[in-house]
Amino acid sequence: MPVEASKAPPTKRKPRKLKRLSRRDVLVLSLMVGIPTLVELLLVWGPTLLSIALSFTRWNGLDLSDLKPAGVENYQFIAQDYPPFWPAVGHNLLWLLFLGVIGTPLGLLLAVLLDQKIKGSRIYQSIFFAPVMLSMALIGIIWQLFYNRDSGLLNFLLGTAGTPQAIDWFGDSNVNIWAAMVAATWRHAGYVMILYLAGLKGVDGTLREAAALDGANARQTFFRVVFPAMRPVNIIIVVITIIESLRAFDVVWVINQGKNGLELLSALVIQNLVGEGQVIGVGSALAVILLVISLVPIVWYLVRTFRKENNA
Amino acid sequence: MKHSSFAGSAPDLARRSLLKGVGLGAVALAGVPFLAACGGSGGSTDSKSLTFGSGSSDDVPKRAYEAVMAAFKTKSGDSVTANVVPHNDFQNKINNYLQGSPDDAFTWFAGYRMQYYAQKGLLAPVDDVWEKIGGNFSDALKKASTGADGKKYLVPNYNYPWGFFYRKSLWEQKGYTAPKTFDELKTLCAKMQKDGLIPIGFADKDGWPAMGTFDYLNMRLNGFQFHQDLCAHKESWDQKKVSDVFDTWKALLPYQDPAALGQTWQDAAKALEAKKTGMYLLGSFVTQQFTDPKVLADIEFLPFPEVAMEGQEAVEAPIDGLLLSKKGGQNQAARDFVEFIGTPEGQNAYYKVDTSNLPTAKGADISGFTPLSKKLSETIASAKNISQFFDRDALPAMASNVMIPALQSFIKDGSVDVKNLESQAKALYAAQ
Repeated sequence: MPVEASKAPPTKRKPRKLKRLSRRDVLVLSLMVGIPTLVELLLVWGPTLLSIALSFTRWNGLDLSDLKPAGVENYQFIAQDYPPFWPAVGHNLLWLLFLGVIGTPLGLLLAVLLDQKIKGSRIYQSIFFAPVMLSMALIGIIWQLFYNRDSGLLNFLLGTAGTPQAIDWFGDSNVNIWAAMVAATWRHAGYVMILYLAGLKGVDGTLREAAALDGANARQTFFRVVFPAMRPVNIIIVVITIIESLRAFDVVWVINQGKNGLELLSALVIQNLVGEGQVIGVGSALAVILLVISLVPIVWYLVRTFRKENNA
Repeated sequence: MKHSSFAGSAPDLARRSLLKGVGLGAVALAGVPFLAACGGSGGSTDSKSLTFGSGSSDDVPKRAYEAVMAAFKTKSGDSVTANVVPHNDFQNKINNYLQGSPDDAFTWFAGYRMQYYAQKGLLAPVDDVWEKIGGNFSDALKKASTGADGKKYLVPNYNYPWGFFYRKSLWEQKGYTAPKTFDELKTLCAKMQKDGLIPIGFADKDGWPAMGTFDYLNMRLNGFQFHQDLCAHKESWDQKKVSDVFDTWKALLPYQDPAALGQTWQDAAKALEAKKTGMYLLGSFVTQQFTDPKVLADIEFLPFPEVAMEGQEAVEAPIDGLLLSKKGGQNQAARDFVEFIGTPEGQNAYYKVDTSNLPTAKGADISGFTPLSKKLSETIASAKNISQFFDRDALPAMASNVMIPALQSFIKDGSVDVKNLESQAKALYAAQ
């Protein structure tokens, strides 16, 4: 049906197109649109608006009668008196930089390497993609094996295991953020790799041939022809990298619940919203801040996508 | 990772809706107490069974509660269904737990932590139970079991003092003697360091163990009452008395295990067992980690030395026990169960398995006490004041959101901003 509809000249016949829908079509359509909309309203917009409302209150999360208006006090508190906040913002930025400069290019590199017709490329693909599918708990255990101060592989390789010089990868606040980012990259790169592999397969082979005929070497072919041709994938990857750095959470939570040098905005939200130390107002305000920050890349992405559709 | 596979389509929404869902859930659940209040007061039912929520998930205490339940079943014929939840999870979810569908009886703590939920109407008072078992308990325990409204909410099971634990054989071999004062402690630490030991075992990856050191230094410097008032935020954090605590602590920092921030209390217990550390400041539950009976017999206890005032009179000895949820208050079997834990019989059943904690009821069988247990219980008995623990005497948000990061950064670089502590305390206590 949609195919048929799009074939019709868009301007003149529009009203008639609507008439062509039978009553059953209308019913099916409204159910298909209505149910997801309702779910979205209930699970996404409702809680989002509630959070925004709660961020302007003081509440212990127990009794509704304890709910008091607080104006912008929670935001003031976060910006001025809440020591983990600014480190968390810094760490999120660092995370973005790290993924952008190391994690994502690494994924691209893996994809390009695996795209060459090397033997067993399927096996390598699976190996690199496996971390993306592992659970948070498993990742914590795996990296513990590398990073443990007394019995970890890294200190063993460095020859410092069991000595006072052993590096406490998770406990030393100067290094644990780097350790966590390496662990995050381990997953992120596999994810980016799969997307780029798909992108590379989609690049028209004749483009490469044409470039080769023009005398371009492999590197020139890739950077001047193939990479620009993957523009849609590139945009998705940029957005994903930004979002991954904003929602970075699981690795640090497994290590130490986002304390002692591993403060991240998402971890602070959970610390304030869940558990005995529940301060709903502050937690909601942190969530709103995170929401506003995440909206920037999402809006940018949507605007780009829709503008392109309009032009097309 | 589940949410990563969604990331292509709606990456951020999946997690955010989860977070918001938490908020929504809290709002929805907040209505529950009202409903419960409307439908309640139906009088006791003749149920012969109850559910028991337990945060005692570690092996030893878990088996100990199993023994209690078995003994209770033999005695009363009532059956108990236990829901054991990992210790930290149980604590973290207590807000939602109590507002959702809690078990009839559950494990919890004395102090502000209990009073807070009692005040919010989420617990059932157990005064009738206390009428029967009250004679078993000292006044200090009675006070600790009482809410702000004067009603009793807790039946104590056990408590455990905090102090320095060390290996006798190591001290004998090196010729160390127990320090009575802070100066003697520092001298001893210096000697241990010279002998190649880490003088004081220390672990603060989880954030709470360092509170024990803070509590003791604060009590020994400023007195028990000041400590309680500070915890309740009747005293300001932004004053010399508080910064003095941290200044005094600075003298100990070089002697405490520098790896503290990366290890858990279990790791530090291992180091004590391996004679890598000279002593270890923790609660007596530390002895649960020493599974080798030879090592266990070699463990000795030393109360925290005096610093400036009150000598060694105040002891940090948190009390754990059982509470009834609002719903459980109407279940006679649940009342009988918490009563049972307040009798020598019930506590004996517990202590037989878990000897790291001390029974609180008079008349409990202490003939099986090891010399260590005897010393621990004498320390508590001779104490003039018993504190709970920072996270039990203070507002939960203050303990977990403010103190943990503050203490961890103090351990890192020896600096602390008491002005900021005060402004955070002001904001958080006002929100309650």
